[in-house]
Amino acid sequence: MKNAVRCSVNGTPCAFTAPPMARLLDVLREEVSLTGTKEGCGEGECGACTVIMDGRIVNSCLVPALQAEGASITTIEGIAKGEVLHAVQTAFVTHGGAQCGMCTPGMVIAAVDLLERIPSPDEAQIREGLAGNICRCTGYTKIFDAVREAARLLASAA
Amino acid sequence: MSDALVGKSVPRKEGPDKVTGRARYIDDMRMPGMLHGVTVRSPVSRGRLRGVTFGEGIPWSEIIVVSAADIPAESNHVALLTNDQPFLADKELRHAEEPVLLLAHADRHLLERARNAVRFDIEKLPPLYDIDKSLAKDPVIWGEDNLFKEYNLTKGDVDTAFARGDVVVVEGEYSTGAQEQLYIENNGVIAVADEQSVTVWGSLQCPYYVHKALLGLFGLPADKIRVVQAETGGGFGGKEEYPSLIAGHAALLARKAKKPVKMVYDRAEDMVATTKRHPSRTKHRTAVTKDGTIVAMDIDFVIDGGAYNTLSPVVLSRGTIHAAGPYKIDNVRIRARAVATSHPPHGAFRGFGAPQSIFGLERHMNKIARVVGLSPEALRLKNFIKQGDTTATHQLLKEPVDMPGILKRALAEADYDAKRKRFARENQGSSVKRGVGFASFMHGSGFTGSGEKYLASVVGASGTADGRVRILAASTEIGQGTNTVFTQIAAQALGLEWDDVEIAQPDTAVVPNSGPTVASRTTMVVGKLVEQAALGIKQILVQAGVLGESYTSPQFRAAVKAYLASVGPLRSTAQYTPPDGISWDDQSYRGDAYGTYAWAVYVATVAVDTVTYEARVEDFVALQEVGRVIHPVLAAGQIEGGVAQGIGFAVFENVVWREGRMANGQFTNYIVPTSVDVPPIRVFFDEVPYPHGPSGAKGIGELPMDGPAPAIVNAIEDALGAPHSALHHVPLMPEQLMHAVDDLAAAGRKSA
Repeated sequence: MKNAVRCSVNGTPCAFTAPPMARLLDVLREEVSLTGTKEGCGEGECGACTVIMDGRIVNSCLVPALQAEGASITTIEGIAKGEVLHAVQTAFVTHGGAQCGMCTPGMVIAAVDLLERIPSPDEAQIREGLAGNICRCTGYTKIFDAVREAARLLASAA
Repeated sequence: MSDALVGKSVPRKEGPDKVTGRARYIDDMRMPGMLHGVTVRSPVSRGRLRGVTFGEGIPWSEIIVVSAADIPAESNHVALLTNDQPFLADKELRHAEEPVLLLAHADRHLLERARNAVRFDIEKLPPLYDIDKSLAKDPVIWGEDNLFKEYNLTKGDVDTAFARGDVVVVEGEYSTGAQEQLYIENNGVIAVADEQSVTVWGSLQCPYYVHKALLGLFGLPADKIRVVQAETGGGFGGKEEYPSLIAGHAALLARKAKKPVKMVYDRAEDMVATTKRHPSRTKHRTAVTKDGTIVAMDIDFVIDGGAYNTLSPVVLSRGTIHAAGPYKIDNVRIRARAVATSHPPHGAFRGFGAPQSIFGLERHMNKIARVVGLSPEALRLKNFIKQGDTTATHQLLKEPVDMPGILKRALAEADYDAKRKRFARENQGSSVKRGVGFASFMHGSGFTGSGEKYLASVVGASGTADGRVRILAASTEIGQGTNTVFTQIAAQALGLEWDDVEIAQPDTAVVPNSGPTVASRTTMVVGKLVEQAALGIKQILVQAGVLGESYTSPQFRAAVKAYLASVGPLRSTAQYTPPDGISWDDQSYRGDAYGTYAWAVYVATVAVDTVTYEARVEDFVALQEVGRVIHPVLAAGQIEGGVAQGIGFAVFENVVWREGRMANGQFTNYIVPTSVDVPPIRVFFDEVPYPHGPSGAKGIGELPMDGPAPAIVNAIEDALGAPHSALHHVPLMPEQLMHAVDDLAAAGRKSA
């Protein structure tokens, strides 16, 4: 059995049919061809598949496709404005926040979400804000640097 | 002409693609008509396969099935050192999760049901999980004696030194557990194959290892086998040898199906089936005079290689050579063995044997210090190796080595002396005990011994139609920054801009064999060849009269275009030759084990909660001498990432074995450090340019894995105020820490 689902992905209306318990992660990657969202663990622990759904970050590997009905979803492909990178993306490139890049889409989205909630987070808030996203390459230090830099960039642009 | 690029933190070459989701990893690629492939694996650790039943309710006629019967017996092995590991088990099952059958179909859900419907009829045989039982040949499971490899390294006269009247003998035994690489991207490949040719795209570190393995499997001409590295989401050694196996599997399925086949493991399969760090056991006997001079070391080092030899001899070699550490010891004997067990084969993981033997040594050094009544730092200062001394392999250290300076600066940065005093005071009556500890160590850059000579790596450079220089190397970008660093090295050598250099994607049809991306060799060894190949382009242009000795970036581009138009293809190559005066004897295991070493002291500050038995690392200082730093941000990123993995190795990452199978193969229960677990990691570089490295650089990638575990456990011992046998093993989990805390508290009450 498949259900028809209508939602918005990165501001574009999107319709697909999927079994009700299909993972949003697979739908995004295979039906919508947005492969920037990654699978790291498939059980909601690593955060590589993080997307924003109706204003909140979720692990898309744990979201049944049916729940996306009527939702507004932002994936990593929707973070930059065309060719102009989001401040978080710029800071990740210049401050070494991305190494292998596999956790990066989820990490960038978690950081964007954090800075929307807390525009100038302290160290503990940065650590807490990224605690659902595992990075095996960086030891997180450069990611913290990037988030602090992004907060500065956003503050100076505001 | 550009500002100097070396030493500058230019933006990562592929950074924008990675932060926008544009970077294409293997699971992001699809091909028309593509099938998915899965592996059916052994449910037992050791046994004999008597038969296979394909269960009901599955349309088996639609499913491509490959077994050992599809592979000529003489080709059914992964070509590596001893060729003992089959692509698919035939009759003998030697470890849990060993591949037995391969299945392919377009429908992944059907495929999963099919995999679960296969039943094996197996006669179970007694497995072997223990290093000591393997040494005792109880039972023999590999060769005649379970021994994959043994090295015996000797220097001086150990027995005479131990017999001296003025020495005390200090003994200790230390062990380390398995560790999962846990790259965020699982192993995966896509294969296209027919009777005439095979092409594999994959997440991998070493394209030419996979190429060699496929040559052996299919017996095709070398140019009919093509291996292409896709964007790779981390490796840490876990994608050094394993991709050869999965590439062979996908190619076997693709050849039989006559369609492209994708095999991408999910996390659970990747964790239980693929390689991990070798567990180890080290016994130390040390003769030391009362003033703290170490006169002899007798070391017995054993690693658990798992069911097949794979890379164990080389892992053992690095562990052996690092076992005596950065100390000048006149009499050394190291017996090192890699033994077979019924675990899945253990394999490459950052540090490659060195973190194991260094853990034993640096814990033992603190024990020696205690026995002779010196501080840990005073004992090291008494015994550090220096320029002009020889190592345990009789290697004369020709370049400057300043371990005392590194130690003093690291301790100062960590505020070590003040912390020790403060903690001794504050720990009284507190349920949280703080401590500080350190480890001194080195890490050899490049392949061991004659390895680089035999590899004879080649790097090419070519001119592109738009006038740029394209570097052709098999070294893979797996997150560590290869593409960025190679660009810096080439652009700097030619005096060009960042954008004037591009790096070819590793593809065996395009790039020469620059050797594997392992062993802290990419920047130092391959980077030097990048520099030479780039300079070769300039030389060709100058000799052809299209370029002067001094030029601007646009003039260089114009010269490349002019050469291509008037002469033809523009290409230069560089091949490795050992620096003068480097020699190694494999028989006696003596000589220049590595071209050079990086030197380091790491200092950890910990807090041990004696109520919850949690050990937290609160501060970490990593100070190292790594030659010239090419890219400060990437280099620091390597150190910070390695330290985090080292913290995991020390106190978080516990592979739980149940009947030879990893029982906690999930992110949920195999715990790695998160953003709230890592301390501030403070990285410091001493830069002493190495004459044979590009712009003076040495290797750096593995070094940070070596020091954290002993530094952290030394700090925990300092926090507890007394030694305990539970502190001789990593990972040091709360359950073991509980024994140490409770025993020491009980002993304290008794003596009070």
